[in-house]
Amino acid sequence: MIDKFVPSVEAALDGIGDGASLMIGGFGTVGQPDILVDGLIARGLRGLVVIANNAGGDFGGLPKLIEQGAIAKVICSYPRATGKTAFDALLAAGKIELEIVPQGTLAERIRAAGVGVPAFYTPTAAGTALAMGKETRMINGQESVLEYALDADFALVQAWEADRWGNLTYRGTGRNFNPIMAAAARVTIATAHHARPLGALDPEHVMTPGLFVQRVFVAGSAP
Amino acid sequence: MTEIKGWSRPDMARRLAADIPEGWAVNLGIGLPTLVANHVPLDREVIFHSENGVLGVGPAPAPGQEDPWMINAGKQLITLRPGASLMGQADSFAVIRGRHLDLAVLGGYQVATNGDFANWSTGRAGEAPAVGGAMDLGAGAKQVWVLMEHVAKDGAAKLVESCSYPLTARGSVTRVYTDLAVVDVTPSGFLLRECAPGVSRADVQAVTGAPLA
Repeated sequence: MIDKFVPSVEAALDGIGDGASLMIGGFGTVGQPDILVDGLIARGLRGLVVIANNAGGDFGGLPKLIEQGAIAKVICSYPRATGKTAFDALLAAGKIELEIVPQGTLAERIRAAGVGVPAFYTPTAAGTALAMGKETRMINGQESVLEYALDADFALVQAWEADRWGNLTYRGTGRNFNPIMAAAARVTIATAHHARPLGALDPEHVMTPGLFVQRVFVAGSAP
Repeated sequence: MTEIKGWSRPDMARRLAADIPEGWAVNLGIGLPTLVANHVPLDREVIFHSENGVLGVGPAPAPGQEDPWMINAGKQLITLRPGASLMGQADSFAVIRGRHLDLAVLGGYQVATNGDFANWSTGRAGEAPAVGGAMDLGAGAKQVWVLMEHVAKDGAAKLVESCSYPLTARGSVTRVYTDLAVVDVTPSGFLLRECAPGVSRADVQAVTGAPLA
C-alpha cells in the first residue's frame, strides 16, 4: 500500500539538515506551508538556501526563520515589505545573500527543473542589471538571457486537499508556486487543510499528481 | 516654480481606464495602477490579470464577503468576476511571457524617449531591490503604459532622455499617463497627446526632461 501520510511535522521534515536547499510555496499569505516552516524553526538549522517568491514579508514563519539566522541565502523575486524587516538588517550587515530573480524567470527556472529542461533563453531582463554576467543570444531578433533550471533538496508546499498517494488540490490563489515546486525538488513535503480517502478526489481536479509528492502531513486528521 | 494642479490620482486612473477597450487582457501593477480597475465598468468586459494566478479579477469584496484565499499581486483581497480563471505561476507567467497580455499598466521612476523604463530599484545601498513580475511584464506584454506623477518628489523630471535608475526593460513603453498629461512614446521621441485641464503645453514641457513633439 502506498501511504505518504506522516503522523507529525517532525516526521514530515525528517532529513532536512544544515545547508539544505528548500523551496517554500506561497504568494503573500496564501498557499504558504506555515505549519512546516514553523516546524523548521524548532530544528535550529543553519546555512539553508531558501527559494521562495517573498523574503522580507511580515507573514508566516519565513521571517522568523530569517531572524533566527537559519538562512544563508535567499533566491526570490520580491524581498521588500512594508517597513524594515529582519531580512533588511541581515542583508545590510552582509549576513545573508540575496539572489533576485524576475518572478516569471523564477517560476520558469523552477518549472524547468521539474520538467528536465536544464536551461532556457528568455527576453525577460535583457539589458538590465539582472542579466549582468549572464550569457545572451539574439534569437528571432530579440536579445535573450540564458537562465538555468533551479532545483532543490526539499520543497514545502501547501495544498487544500491531499490523499495518501500525495495527490493535491489547491484553493483560490493558493496554487501559485506550489505545483511547480512539487515537481522540482528531490523530496516534496506537502501539508493540506483536508485529508481525503484514496479515490475521493476527482482525478480531473487533481492539480499536482501524487508522484511529485513524497510526504503529506495534515494536522489533526488521519483518514 | 509655480504649483501646477493637474489630474488627481483617481483622475489619472480614470483617464487611463477610458483608453482600455473591451476584450483586452490587462495586468495592473501594484499601487496607483491598481486604481484603474475602479474606473472600468463591469459591462465593458476587460480581463484583469494578476501575477499570482488570476485572469478575471473583480472588484474588492464587500464587508463580510472576504475570502482569505483570494488575493491579488498587491496582496489585497479580491473577488473574481464571472468568467474568471485561476492558475499557478507557470501558467500565469505564460500569460505574460507568451505575449498573451494586451497591456501592462505599471508605475514608474523614469521613462526615456526610446521607451526604456525604470521602476524596480533606486540602486541605493541598503535597500533590498524587489523586482516581482515587473521585468516579465516589461518584456512580455504587447503594450506597456506607465502611470506615474509627471515629476519626482524632489522636483526631478521623470520623463527623460535616458534613464539613470536601473532599467526594468528596454524600449517597451508606448504611452505615459501622468497628473499633467498623456504622452505617447514614439520612434521619434515623446509626443504630447493631451494636457490635463488648466495645464498648458508649456507647463508640461517645463517639467519634462526631453523635447515634446
